Amino acid sequence: MGEVNMNNAVEVTAPVASSDAARETKFHTRGVQVFYGEKQALFDVDLDIYENEVTALIGPSGCGKSTYLRTLNRMNDTIDICRVKGAIELDGTDIYSGSIDVVHLRARVGMVFQKPNPFPKSIYENIAYGPRIHGIATSKDDIDRIVEESLIKASLWEEVKDRLDEPGTGLSGGQQQRLCIARAIAVQPEVILMDEPCSALDPIATARIEELIDELRDNFTIVIVTHSMQQAARVSQRTAFFHLGDLVEVGETGKIFTTPQDQRTQDYITGRFG
Amino acid sequence: MSFTFVLGALIILTVAGFYMGRSRSLADAGGTAQRLHSRPHYYGYFVALWCGIPTLLILGVWTMFQTPIIEMLVQNSLPETMLNGDPAEMSLIMNDIRNLASGNITSGEITPQIQAAADHYVSLNTTSSLAKFVVILAIGIAAIAFARSKINPALRARNQVEKTMMAILIVCSVIAILTTVGIVMSLVFESWRFFEKVSPAEFLFGLEWSPQTALRSDQVGASGAFGAIPLFAGTMLISLVAMCVAGPVGLLSAIYMAEYAPTKVRGAVKPALEVLAGIPTVVYGFFAALTVAPFLRDQGTMFGLDISSESALAAGLVMGIMIIPFVSSLSDDVINAVPQSLREGSLGLGATKSETIKRVILPAALPGIVGSFMLAISRAIGETMIVVMAAGLGANLTANPLEAVTTVTVQIVTLLVGDQEFDSAKTLAAFALGLVLFCVTLCLNIIAMAVVNKYREQYD
Repeated sequence: MGEVNMNNAVEVTAPVASSDAARETKFHTRGVQVFYGEKQALFDVDLDIYENEVTALIGPSGCGKSTYLRTLNRMNDTIDICRVKGAIELDGTDIYSGSIDVVHLRARVGMVFQKPNPFPKSIYENIAYGPRIHGIATSKDDIDRIVEESLIKASLWEEVKDRLDEPGTGLSGGQQQRLCIARAIAVQPEVILMDEPCSALDPIATARIEELIDELRDNFTIVIVTHSMQQAARVSQRTAFFHLGDLVEVGETGKIFTTPQDQRTQDYITGRFG
Repeated sequence: MSFTFVLGALIILTVAGFYMGRSRSLADAGGTAQRLHSRPHYYGYFVALWCGIPTLLILGVWTMFQTPIIEMLVQNSLPETMLNGDPAEMSLIMNDIRNLASGNITSGEITPQIQAAADHYVSLNTTSSLAKFVVILAIGIAAIAFARSKINPALRARNQVEKTMMAILIVCSVIAILTTVGIVMSLVFESWRFFEKVSPAEFLFGLEWSPQTALRSDQVGASGAFGAIPLFAGTMLISLVAMCVAGPVGLLSAIYMAEYAPTKVRGAVKPALEVLAGIPTVVYGFFAALTVAPFLRDQGTMFGLDISSESALAAGLVMGIMIIPFVSSLSDDVINAVPQSLREGSLGLGATKSETIKRVILPAALPGIVGSFMLAISRAIGETMIVVMAAGLGANLTANPLEAVTTVTVQIVTLLVGDQEFDSAKTLAAFALGLVLFCVTLCLNIIAMAVVNKYREQYD
């Protein structure tokens, strides 16, 4: 089963890749397998992620899309029983090789989580945290500037500029999530991973985040896991469909949603399962 | 009819009541439990409670008042010649009668009158016990009959049983609270008597503690000084030493257990640390007095320090070891309660594990950690056995941990151990000290609880 589907996926991706050869590959992953203890969660995933593009990972719950996302910044390292196999290259370097420092990797590949998780500190300190630990900025002026720029980029500045000393946990859910995005931006990463960033938010807050994602595409490579197919269609340029640990199909978002090649993709996007 | 025998009979009767009630309800419902308002066993409990509660109450009250009433009767039956009105002599006679009745050795010669009184005492006791058994059994059976007659399918047995159970629970918690209130009241009243003799200002701010007072007016002795500052200072010094040990060790081991240790190690280390809390304090006491104190003294000589054999340092160190689990176990719990999402958020920004712990986890867990420190301090302040054995008795006002100091708890022990007059300032001082100690630990506990609760609200 898996073999056949992989062939399908390759058939779909091949023309897409060749149609736009100018795009730089950011992540190049081949044969990614992830195990939680004895249980295998991902089977031989081959996927390329291109620079300055939004790649959406969709699929039913438990399909492995979040697991795949978390292999990209080695967040799975925090789970004791998790093992990762296969080649995952960032700009041509294997991120699972011994020479890579996971701290540097995560500085280059930031992450925004499903539930907004601001630190129980002030708004200012939430943003300043990353630059301080990485020594990006040391003087007060530099940090002030980074905080302001990050909040502006996350389109939160106007709402919080007069209360930077207030705790980040006191903001509304949508504001908290934008704070978390600003916090990720402040480290000046190359890639931002988003794990269902809007699932805890109301439609208005969701719309703001989606707008924001679209703006951020100019400066960052974004990979987003989402349960909402409308969201994938709205924000992403490429979409990858996962099912039961397999990458079923990947391609231009428009094509995936209009002319899917695989029956399972067809069933999923038309709401027949998942 | 001994108390245990009556109690045993009563329990059997109550259990029987349960089964009778249950079978009665089923019989009333024609064998189909669905027709009953409540499940059949609730009817059983209904009958059992009707039988058990009144009889147990009567048994308790009867047993409590049996002896005083019988003694009063015996006393009144004594011949006029022996009732000369002197309470002390009267109590001696009663004691003889009691001893004779129970077959013990009496203090003086046994006169026929006393022998007669003792016989009277024995016979009254037997009658009372027998009567108690009969009356209680009769009441129990009557209660069962009454409750059984009330059973019909419409009887809301469940509601009544649950109301009664709630009342029993309330009574139990009220007993616990009343006991606490009683303890506090006795402390307050005795302290009041102390403060009638010694002014509160002198007690709270005086710098000299020397509680020896003359027992008789012709005795030459110390006039007595009740300035408690040296005791408070000693208590604080030893608690400080203890926290210097328990704070870092407890907190760091909590961080290790919560953040670094694999699940298996944590499962073994945490209970192992908690064993420390289970060691009797008297064992810590002789460890401090026989092992740590001499060791410190000998080491001190090597470095040219003069450490007394009973030092605040030795007592504090051992006490610190004792309260490690208070800090480590509670801190471990609060560190674990910090949401995983905060850890991931920090790690996702490229922070190292230690940066995450220092800058995110510990600040987030700080209120809980402070709470655990507070509980540990209040435990250290109230600790008695270790300081009695290792800290010494001299009320030195010093900040040097190498000298012997004494604490509030040690002084309470020494003031109350041995033969004491319970109306001298010396003895009453113990209650005043106890009151201060109680207030301090109460305040610390309240602060600790408030801090911990505030923390809980943050993430629930």
